[in-house]
Amino acid sequence: MEIPYAVYPRPDTGIYNAKVGIWLFLASEVMLFGALFSAYVLLRVGAPPGEWPHGWLNVTLGTINTLVLATSAITTLMAWVSCKTRQFGKFKFFHACTLLLALTFLCIKAYEYHDKWIHYEIRLADGRIADGHLRASDADSVTIEGRYVTDEKDLYDLRAQKNIQTGEIKIPRAQIKQMENYGPWHNTYLALYFTLTGLHALHILGGSIVIGYLWGPGRKLWKTDPEHFTNRIEVSGLFWHFVDLVWIFLFPVLYLT
Amino acid sequence: METIVHTFPPYREHEATHEHETHGHHEDIGFARKYIFSTDHKIIGIQYGFTALCFMLFGFFLMLMMRWQMAHPGSPVPVVGPLLAGVLGQPAANGVMSPELYNSFGAMHGTIMVFLAIVPLAFAAFGNYVVPLMIGAPDMAFPRVNMASYQAYVLGGIVMLVSFFIPGGAAQAGWTSYSPLATSIPTDGQLFWIIGMVLLISSSLLGAVNFIATIIQLRAPGMTWMRLPFFVWAQFVTAFLLLLAFPPLEAAAVMQLMDNVLHTSFFLPTGLAVGGQLAHVSGGGSPLLWQHLFWFLGHPEVYVLILPGMGIVCEIIANNTRKPIWGYKSLVYSVLAIGFLSFIVWAHHMYLTGMGTKISAFFQATTMIISIPSVIILTCLFISLWGGSIRFNTPMLFALAFLPMFGIGGLTGLPLGFNASDVYLHDTYYVIAHFHYVVAPGTIFALFAGIYYWFPKMTGRMMNEFWGRVHFWGSLVFMNLVFMPMFAQGIKGMLRRMADGGANYSAARATGAIDTLPGSIMGLHTWILWAAMALGIAQIPFILNLFWSINHGERVKNDNPWEATTLDWQAPTPPPHGNFAEPPQIYRGPYEYSVPGHAADFTPQNEPARPATPALSTAH
Repeated sequence: MEIPYAVYPRPDTGIYNAKVGIWLFLASEVMLFGALFSAYVLLRVGAPPGEWPHGWLNVTLGTINTLVLATSAITTLMAWVSCKTRQFGKFKFFHACTLLLALTFLCIKAYEYHDKWIHYEIRLADGRIADGHLRASDADSVTIEGRYVTDEKDLYDLRAQKNIQTGEIKIPRAQIKQMENYGPWHNTYLALYFTLTGLHALHILGGSIVIGYLWGPGRKLWKTDPEHFTNRIEVSGLFWHFVDLVWIFLFPVLYLT
Repeated sequence: METIVHTFPPYREHEATHEHETHGHHEDIGFARKYIFSTDHKIIGIQYGFTALCFMLFGFFLMLMMRWQMAHPGSPVPVVGPLLAGVLGQPAANGVMSPELYNSFGAMHGTIMVFLAIVPLAFAAFGNYVVPLMIGAPDMAFPRVNMASYQAYVLGGIVMLVSFFIPGGAAQAGWTSYSPLATSIPTDGQLFWIIGMVLLISSSLLGAVNFIATIIQLRAPGMTWMRLPFFVWAQFVTAFLLLLAFPPLEAAAVMQLMDNVLHTSFFLPTGLAVGGQLAHVSGGGSPLLWQHLFWFLGHPEVYVLILPGMGIVCEIIANNTRKPIWGYKSLVYSVLAIGFLSFIVWAHHMYLTGMGTKISAFFQATTMIISIPSVIILTCLFISLWGGSIRFNTPMLFALAFLPMFGIGGLTGLPLGFNASDVYLHDTYYVIAHFHYVVAPGTIFALFAGIYYWFPKMTGRMMNEFWGRVHFWGSLVFMNLVFMPMFAQGIKGMLRRMADGGANYSAARATGAIDTLPGSIMGLHTWILWAAMALGIAQIPFILNLFWSINHGERVKNDNPWEATTLDWQAPTPPPHGNFAEPPQIYRGPYEYSVPGHAADFTPQNEPARPATPALSTAH
């Protein structure tokens, strides 16, 4: 038994099955990320005035990652075009590029995560706050590369502060009242940052696995049924474009505002 | 572009091996591939149906134990008490249900009944078995995705079941899992609940994509949209509800997972105190956000529960009145309207959260508007009975009982949809009675009707008519005895989710005070307990009948024992892999019963206008 319209479009709908499937799936993904963005809006609007962080993320890295994903969108499209024009060599080249770009994105993202992971806010017994990246720690003291602030409000809006002076600070353990890194538990902004970008990174990872499969073991199908294979490239490409699009929303929402 | 000439639809199957299609599977593919890892929509439908019925029975037993606790708070549960104590330990010490256990049974009863019993049975089981047959398709559009969908469902069910046995027991925060309560309870039950829900949501998501793609793409030639049986329309809209309403709950589940595991504060407000102590959270979250996301799913979910039931009832009523359904187009447009409107009524579950009067007024208005298409559907079905020569068989009895039962459920919802009266009725037994009337004697009766109706197609044998009637009358009487008293209890002010059925609540107040629950109202607990037990006993004939009839029921005389018009009854019995002996061609609408000038009182959808090509009529 064979399912009708698995490869060629149904005449009256003009579309093959998997394409209907992926568009429906993407509709549900829109609702998934839509709910998360709604949560972002609601929590940000509900935050007390002046307490929403600004400028906490590295805009340069974010921009690079945006360009990386934008380029990968182009290579994905070219991979599909190469299949359509039956140039399998070009397909292999373009999708290798896509995979490398995806890997680049994930590496940069991992670096950014790590940067937050080692970033500590240390509340001292004298009421000051030491804030910076952990350099060393032992039983007696903690060393960070950062600065002291007296008012925690100074930590929220980093865009307004030009030329922040940082230096190496050694803090005896006895002075530390509370020490917490910039993980998702730190505040609502970081919770949103890690959840949204984490879920997005999982989508990148999932998409890479599928594209990697089609580029590697899945390419056998090309020999027997190139049209079917081309459909798979198209469908996975649609997913990839959606994941890119999500990033186009994430970047301004988290990095630029 | 390619110029491909292909047959419509391009079957290849019956070229060789399948000479004797009607005898089912011929390939020797082994037990596991045939019954566990099957990609055949009919097997998957039966898998879903069987699993869901087991969960339904389990959910029913949870409820029975809770009813005992409410009628006799603090006394050991009879019969299963020692078993509870042995398996669950401390929460059921000496066979007595502790308040924590009551809470977790309550939460799991709701979760199991909604997500593991009714939705899989109504949408996945009937949808899988019947929809491809009705539209003349050889299978679902994505058979392997279909299999994955069932496996995710089973996995989710297993996670839910396992959570009963972990230290601290299953989730206790109600099926709605409101934060911060769901995050504050210091056990892992909620974690299991969230993971189970993510699996169940993924399962419905895959199912929904598959159903919509199948209905759009695999309709047989001539099966235009307005020739689809109403059941297919109902499943189509249901699939869209699942597709678009479930992801927000998935997002909410992810955020609650973060709250529980990584100690974020998505739903935890600043200054949250737990057990009199300031909680160690960063704060800044919003409990209302959870409620909005939950009910954004929760309300469409109500229609996920009811629409497939309406579809089943519609098919059975058309078949057993032997006349076309009244207002087919009105039904179709109404079900589409319901699907759309169900996305903008969710906050009527939240009138008491202080959203503000303007928002309340908006949701009150949309809630009243959505009752219009619901009433249109019910009215069309009622008018369809008019002047019909009705056959009162078991499926028809259940379908007929659905109408007034759903009517009661729907009409008692109106006071809950109004902001002012809901303030009084919110969170009382009135609410419980209302939605159980919709789902239990409503949807479940429709599902029973569907089981009796399609059983002959699945097995080639009829279910026993006498025991079907015993099952019907027992269920009808005791369902009402269980749920009708709850309206009275709720109107008198009995609240939901009280582990002792309100004994303490009542005793704490001065006798004769205006908010004391009178003895007559408290006494109804005993009444409901007995009625619930009797309802359980009334299901025994059904269970025996179901299994006995698989091998011993009366054989069907032909493929179409109910003399129905829709395509599912024109396929061989039981339908083989690939369903139809020959690709069906559709010539007419779904309900051409008693057409003047025809010899038979039914005209199948695949019967040509002038029977010039008799080869296409596969029915006899």
